[in-house]
Formats: sequence, C-alpha cells, structure tokens
Amino acid sequence: MTTVVNLKREPVTPEPPTRSVEAPPVEVEIRPTVAAATPPVAARAARSRSVAVDAVMLRILPPVLGYLALIGVWALAAQHAPYLPGPVKTWQAALTLFSDPFYVKGPNDVGVGWLLLNSLKRVAVGFGLAIAVGVPLGFMIGRFMFLNRALLRPVSPLAWLPIGLAVFKAADPSAIFVIFITSIWPMVINTALGVASVPQDYLNVARVLRLSEWKVFTKILFPATLPYMMTGMRLGLGIAWLVIVAAEMLTGGIGIGFWIWDEWNNLNMEHIIIAIFIVGAVGLILEQCMTLIASRFDYRNS
Amino acid sequence: MSTLVDINHVSMHFNTKGQTFHALDNVNIQIAEGEFVSLIGHSGCGKSTVLNLVAGLLQPTQGGALFKGREIAGPGPERAVVFQNHSLLPWLTVFDNVYLAVERVFGRLEGKAKLMARTHEVIELVGLAHAHTKYPNELSGGMKQRVGIARALAMQPQVLLLDEPFGALDALTRTHLQDELMRITRDSGNTVIMVTHDVDEAVLLSDRIVMMTNGPAATVGEIMHVDLPRPRQRLELIEDPRYVHLRSEVLRFLHQRHAKAA
Repeated sequence: MTTVVNLKREPVTPEPPTRSVEAPPVEVEIRPTVAAATPPVAARAARSRSVAVDAVMLRILPPVLGYLALIGVWALAAQHAPYLPGPVKTWQAALTLFSDPFYVKGPNDVGVGWLLLNSLKRVAVGFGLAIAVGVPLGFMIGRFMFLNRALLRPVSPLAWLPIGLAVFKAADPSAIFVIFITSIWPMVINTALGVASVPQDYLNVARVLRLSEWKVFTKILFPATLPYMMTGMRLGLGIAWLVIVAAEMLTGGIGIGFWIWDEWNNLNMEHIIIAIFIVGAVGLILEQCMTLIASRFDYRNS
Repeated sequence: MSTLVDINHVSMHFNTKGQTFHALDNVNIQIAEGEFVSLIGHSGCGKSTVLNLVAGLLQPTQGGALFKGREIAGPGPERAVVFQNHSLLPWLTVFDNVYLAVERVFGRLEGKAKLMARTHEVIELVGLAHAHTKYPNELSGGMKQRVGIARALAMQPQVLLLDEPFGALDALTRTHLQDELMRITRDSGNTVIMVTHDVDEAVLLSDRIVMMTNGPAATVGEIMHVDLPRPRQRLELIEDPRYVHLRSEVLRFLHQRHAKAA
C-alpha cells in the first residue's frame, strides 16, 4: 500500500513542464504581428519591437529557467537513485513509445494511445452519466429541498469500488461507477447552489409576468444556473480524471492507470514517468477545454 | 373617476428569525383611474412594501388591498412593476427582455409578427430603437431603466408601479427620464403609483403625494394634492410660487415633523 502512495505523490513535481511547453508558442506568434502593425516610423517600430521582446522574455524566461532547474534536480537525483531513470533515458524511452502509439500485439499489449483512449472512454461514460443524473438532481434539490452540502461527498472515491464490484461483478462497470459516484457530487452541489442563488428580482419578474413553470425554467432558472453547472462539471471532470488512474490500478484492464501499475511490476520506471507526464498533460487539456466551454456559456461574458 | 386601487386599513407584519417586525399600521390610500400618485418618506418607512402589496408580491397581515374592487391575490401583468434595479435578464437582449413580457400577455391572441411589432413599438417609445439587439450589461444605467419601463409598458398594464425607478441614476439622466415618463403617461393616460424619496420628482410628476411617517408601524401622515396644471415644464415651475410652496410643504413634512434620526 505504501508503494501506491509513493506513486501518487510523484506525479506532482514533473506535471508542470507541460504547462510551459504549451505556453511559449502562443507568445511567439503574437510578437511578429505587433511588430508588423507599426512599421511607419522605423525608430518607433524598433522600440516597440524591443518592448515586445522584453515582454515575451519576461513571460517565457522564468518558467523556462524553472523547468531547466527541475530537470537538473531530476538528473542529479537520478544519479544517486539507481532505480530512477534520468531525463535522457526517459526521453529516449518516450521516443520509442510514441513512435507507434496504436499497435496491438495482444489483448494486454497495446500502444500507449489505446491505453489513453480506454481510460478516456471510461471517464467519458462515467462523467456523462454523472451529468445526466447530477444536473437534474441538483435542479430539484435547489428548487424544492433544503441544501445539505454534507451529503455523501467526504467519502474517499475508492471506498466506493467494492460496492461497484459487488453490484456489477465486473471490473469495467465498477471503474465507471466510481467515476460516476465521485464526479456527480460537485455537479449536484453546484447546480443546487446555482438554483438556490438565482436573484429574487428575476423570480419577481417571473411572478409579475405569471410565467409558466416551463418558461421560468428555460428563461430564468437555466441561464442563471448555467455558470454554476459548468463549474460543477469542470470540478467533476477533474476529479474523474484523478480517480480513473487509481481505479484502474485496482481493477486492471487496459488503461493508463493499470499501465502504471503494470510497469511498476516490470520495474520499467521510464514508462511510469512518461505515464505521469501523459496523465498531467491530458488532465490539463481536459481542464482547459472545460474552462473554454464554461466561458462560452457564461452570460456574464456575452 | 372610479377607484382603481384601494388600500384599506392595511397592517403589515414581517416575521424574521422569530421576531415580528411591524412595518405598516392601518394604511389607507385610494387611487383613482388615471391618477399619478407618489409615495414619499424616509428609507425604511414601508413605502416599497405598499407598492409590493399592490403588485401582489406581498399579502397584507390585516386589512385588504383591492384592485377594481377585488382582493389582490397575487402578481399579474395588469399591475406591471418597474423594479428599482431594473431586473433585466442579463442573458437576453433588450428586444428579448421586452418580448418575454409581450409574448406572455398577448401571445394567445396575436401572431408572431404582431408581437414583434408591439415590442419594437414600445422600445421606440422609450427611445432605444437603436439598441434593441444589445445586452443589458452593454447599456448605461439610464438605458437599462428605460428597458425596464418599456417592458412594463409593453404589458399594457392598468396600473404602472414604479419602485424608486430613477434612484440609482445620476441627476441629469434622472431629470431626462422624468420628463419622458411625464410625456409617456400623458399620452397613455396610465394610472401610476411611484415610490420615491426625491421631493422634486414627486411634486413635478404627481397628482397627489402620499407622505408616510417613519417606521416601524409606519402609516400615511398626510396626502397632498398637486394642483399644478399639465403639461408641466420643469424650468417654468422652479420659479412658480405654487410649486415652491408645495415643495417646501413636503420638505417640512419630511425634515421637520417626521425627521429621521440618522
């Protein structure tokens, strides 16, 4: 059990690099257009270009230095810990791994792309079910019931796994069940909170107009609650992606979580570090997508 | 003229956290059709409560609030409210905010083209035709309140209830909107009940001013007739001795006889 704890703690440090690797190209793209937009006076153009360069350097330099330092520490640590592979070794392993991400050599030996897609599929199904049940449930609680935040939320996600196994008698539905049950709470709670905090003014408008319950829902409750719902979904998806790794370690099957456990048994530490990077990057991308969708549906931005 | 709104021996108690707050005590106000009546008083005197009783958003603890001789059981579009903070739905455009009201009131009788024409007409009436595709957060405070007024007018109410409609606006915008409200109500002949704490606004716009005593247990202190001829011109009135007299009467009531300890 202690090994599990170690594995889970490890990902925290190497995760950030993906953040900076994504950020710089965007900045670099902006700079030339700024410079090109002010060509008339040569001096001013040159000055604005140097200002732009300074700004880019200020944005890029600190994180780049930070990651270089991190890689340095990693390399140093690897020299003193015989089982921990260094950055170079890991990079080489990653190159071979990503050169053929979608091979299938047998039921349990497939490319890293398939592992990822299998995990994402479980998350999608569990998370989708959680939306389908959680949002309407949240609406009902918010409109008609006393909001009890305590509910069942503080339970550790994996504590639900035996219940799932007992009910479904199979690994895959159990993993999906754990995703469902853990990602549903933020959605229920946030949706209910959103419904309960719809301004009384808006409801008074509805009362003066004597709007039907359906119109109240479509024109007032739903749009007013949407930002809260999106927050719930973002939190839910984040939890789902954290939980799937742990759940797969316990249930097995094809997926990124079980892969980590499998490679631990093979003592293939390079692959474990790569898996940690993948989990971090995918988690970040999922979060960014949800933030993007959320801002799209937030009336406060319209 | 017949009595449209009759507030008859109304008392109002609020229960909050186990304590009873006595807001209104034995309030009597009769309002005739076509009349413009202002309720004025210090904040916390329950003037908004009176308005909410007529709107049907509140029910009196004692006595009765009658509309056309019948007990007011709940809110309804024939008693349209312009809320203090405009209460526009931020996810709907100006047009859609007004259309929501138009559709609810006339949707069963008229086709879509007619409903849209009505909406455009009333938006034009408040001078916002150019902004009908905008969202509320793209509008100034004065424009938002115009939309609020347009939405209320669009319901073709029998009485228009204004809850400190211009309280949150700057002085210049306020005078501008007061003039427009005068024009609109003169043209439509609407019955209006307006809550305000602005003495000039009350004297300029009203046929009668209901002055309320301080709460708790607030009641009607005095009712003053404003017999200035219409149409009224703001600039002519400021030097009119009758206007000056009426204005100082209200001020005397508020600041001498019912001064509020700050």
